[in-house]
Amino acid sequence: MAGRLSTIGTRIAQSIPVILGVVVVSFVLTRALPGDPAVYFAGAAADEASIAEVRTALGLDKPLPEQFLIYARDVATGNLGQSLSTGQPVLEDLANRLPASLELTLTALMLSCAVAIPLGVLAATRPGSAVDHLCRVLVTAGVSLPTFFTGVVLIYIFYYLLGIAPSPLGRLDFIYIEPDRITGFYLIDAALAGDWETWVGALKQLVLPAVTLALFTMAPLARMTRAAMLSALSSDYIRTARAAGLTEDKVLFTYAFRNALLPVITTLGMVFSFTLGANVLVEKVFAWPGIGSYAVEALVVSDYAAVQGFVLAMALLFVALNLVIDLTYTLIDPRIGFETK
Amino acid sequence: MTNETSRRGFLKGAGATVLGTSVLPFLKVLPAAAAGSDVIVAVTGQTINSLDIHRTGTNRPSYQVAVNVYDRLVSFGTKTLEDGSLSYDYSVIEPEVAESWEFTDDGMAIVFKLRPEGKFQDGSPITAQDVKWSFDRAVSVGGFPTVQMKAGSLEKPEQFEAVDDLTFKINLLRKSKLTLPDLAVPVPMIINSKVALEHATEEDPWAMEYLHKTPAGSGAFKVASWKAGEQLVYERNDNWTSGPVPEVKRVILREVPSPATRRALLERGDVNMSFNMPNKDAKELSGTEDITIATTPIENAIYCLCPNLSFEPFKDKRVRQAIAWSVPYEEVFQTAAYGRGAPMWGGPSATPADIAWPQKFPYSTDLDKAKALLEEAGYGEGFEVPLSISLSQTDWMEPAALLIQENLAKIGIKATIEKIPGANWRTASLVEKRLPLHLETFGGWLNYPCYYFFWAYLEGHLFNSSNYRNEEIETLTGETLHMPVDDPDYAPKIKRMIEIAWDEVPRIALWQPALNVGTREIDGYEYWFHRQLDVRGLKKS
Repeated sequence: MAGRLSTIGTRIAQSIPVILGVVVVSFVLTRALPGDPAVYFAGAAADEASIAEVRTALGLDKPLPEQFLIYARDVATGNLGQSLSTGQPVLEDLANRLPASLELTLTALMLSCAVAIPLGVLAATRPGSAVDHLCRVLVTAGVSLPTFFTGVVLIYIFYYLLGIAPSPLGRLDFIYIEPDRITGFYLIDAALAGDWETWVGALKQLVLPAVTLALFTMAPLARMTRAAMLSALSSDYIRTARAAGLTEDKVLFTYAFRNALLPVITTLGMVFSFTLGANVLVEKVFAWPGIGSYAVEALVVSDYAAVQGFVLAMALLFVALNLVIDLTYTLIDPRIGFETK
Repeated sequence: MTNETSRRGFLKGAGATVLGTSVLPFLKVLPAAAAGSDVIVAVTGQTINSLDIHRTGTNRPSYQVAVNVYDRLVSFGTKTLEDGSLSYDYSVIEPEVAESWEFTDDGMAIVFKLRPEGKFQDGSPITAQDVKWSFDRAVSVGGFPTVQMKAGSLEKPEQFEAVDDLTFKINLLRKSKLTLPDLAVPVPMIINSKVALEHATEEDPWAMEYLHKTPAGSGAFKVASWKAGEQLVYERNDNWTSGPVPEVKRVILREVPSPATRRALLERGDVNMSFNMPNKDAKELSGTEDITIATTPIENAIYCLCPNLSFEPFKDKRVRQAIAWSVPYEEVFQTAAYGRGAPMWGGPSATPADIAWPQKFPYSTDLDKAKALLEEAGYGEGFEVPLSISLSQTDWMEPAALLIQENLAKIGIKATIEKIPGANWRTASLVEKRLPLHLETFGGWLNYPCYYFFWAYLEGHLFNSSNYRNEEIETLTGETLHMPVDDPDYAPKIKRMIEIAWDEVPRIALWQPALNVGTREIDGYEYWFHRQLDVRGLKKS
């Protein structure tokens, strides 16, 4: 255990140069973008003088290296600056929006795993059967339907026509009170507060967007599970296990599935990272106040602080995510060691 | 927050009675129907990013907070338009915080008498010192508020004088018809200076940080809660002293970025209002039972095609006229605007009959005339030109540009469409003025033709993205800008300006845009020049 802790420590230390690199690159890239925030934020009827005033107020009149030093100093003290487009400190924006995105993405992934992994396993054990075809159809449909389309269709059917889904008004309908903020995840916060009415309200808002995202993410997971299971099932140790007379369940779950899990976890990590940043369209359709739409809007108006804050937060998140995935590997397969890397 | 708890208590009380988990599946029908007669739910696609209009970076949708939560000295009246919808009335100035006002004998100062009963939302009286502090702030902070104040010749703090607690005096720099109307735009709002000063610091003498999130006004509504990017809740100020207390108790403004979702919400009846709907939805939903669509042409605004005079062929006015004769106006209007707004082409004569602005330009689609003009100007074999549009306004710019491009090809001009990112658009089109042929939208808050000309036709001015200069227009605009409309010289001069602008066409009018608002089960929506939601007059029907 102590060995594992020290490796975690080493891994975190190794990520520091990465983070520093991200700080520099995000700063340079935002400055390289076309667009002039001073002109944009000076407003419709601004003249030269007022644009210059705004530029000074934003600190954009200083030379780039000096701007960078100020930025680096602020980041080091935990100040990510003020977003111009939302008018709030970036740290506060991220703290509000990241949990919203995480809650949506995690729910979607759980849903997607709950369907895709059993489906993949079933398809692999019965290749060519009806289940296998169902898996193929779902996978093809899932990847080929863009999320905003699925989202709009789901709203049309379940909200507009059938009226069983709640109004797509973001995380919580306005008749509920937002739960006291502990984690920022409404489901967890409401449960902690024991406010089950709000919990149900939050869950209902979550269903359609989570299903939309789950449909999209199901495809790679089901494909990967099926392929990994197929190769595991055709390997020598399974033949040996079967020959030794082990029960089918034991063979399937203890030996084949456990070995097939590694590539699935890898895919899961990848799917998670791209969904978190790429669910902008789902967020827009469901008025979900997430981090994807925040970043895109900030980018459109050259809101430097917000874009940099977003990139930095994502970088930190991925460092953490990779660490968790590597740790999961060692749990699943004891042969994989950290130390050798 | 206590008021949020009471909101739930209120909703439960009003019709919903006990909301046990067993009835939760039906909760979704609750908002519009059961929210009762005094809660209105509205959706909009835009984000409110500050509660203080004077702040640097405050965006347009945020201006509504200045309207609903703050008062001004004066306001505009209300009139009913031809289609039965309400609009503010530019010709009538009404008292708001001021009870009465008069010009001094020499006409170089206005003296306002404040209402003696005037109270801020915290109960403290509205004094002339508050007005002075607020005006000082607006002219000192720079950026948009200062520019807007300047339009009314309100430029420096020395002009404002608190004579006594209830008497406020503005010393004028020049006699201008724009001063009084400029006091009724959202910018010169009256802030509770006692509260603001408590939160002012040495680096922040105007309490920008505090008022950004905490309004301190005297308006008809208070902000009960604000979550940027999600929602803003207005709660009625039961002790409003500047007008009749509003009928609705609460207005919930929810941000929903996707227009399809906003439309579904309105159609399903879960919201009472969809503010600033796309033209397409407005067209398709008009005539729907229970839904009222108000489409109001935006005053003093035109969507234009601008040939830039810094591009060689456009220096010749015949080439600009040829472009104006080649635009397929009707198709552009129907495709890009879904026919919502007012046509700005096909005027009967090259000399204007009156000083209405905007009015129909004397051009229509006539390719033969266009070709002949090009021949005459020596460009019979045509030329190539980029036609620039903004990526953040593709909804109307893209279809318009494609149709224009097609017709330009017919007269031998090869236009290539160049899409410019939204963040870069203003710099390229208005500041650097470097786009040879582009689409442009300018609308003036102060509804006078001379004001439009001031911004859009004078050399070097921001919205003159065509780099146009005409000596006569320069002189006439300068003369008419501050001149009263009833001056006998005013109308002839304006007519002359319009005539020149038509003949030389540095801006080719396409159509006058419109603001679409869909409502259900509510009355009292009023159009304002600032194009933001004024919730003060709304009521449930």
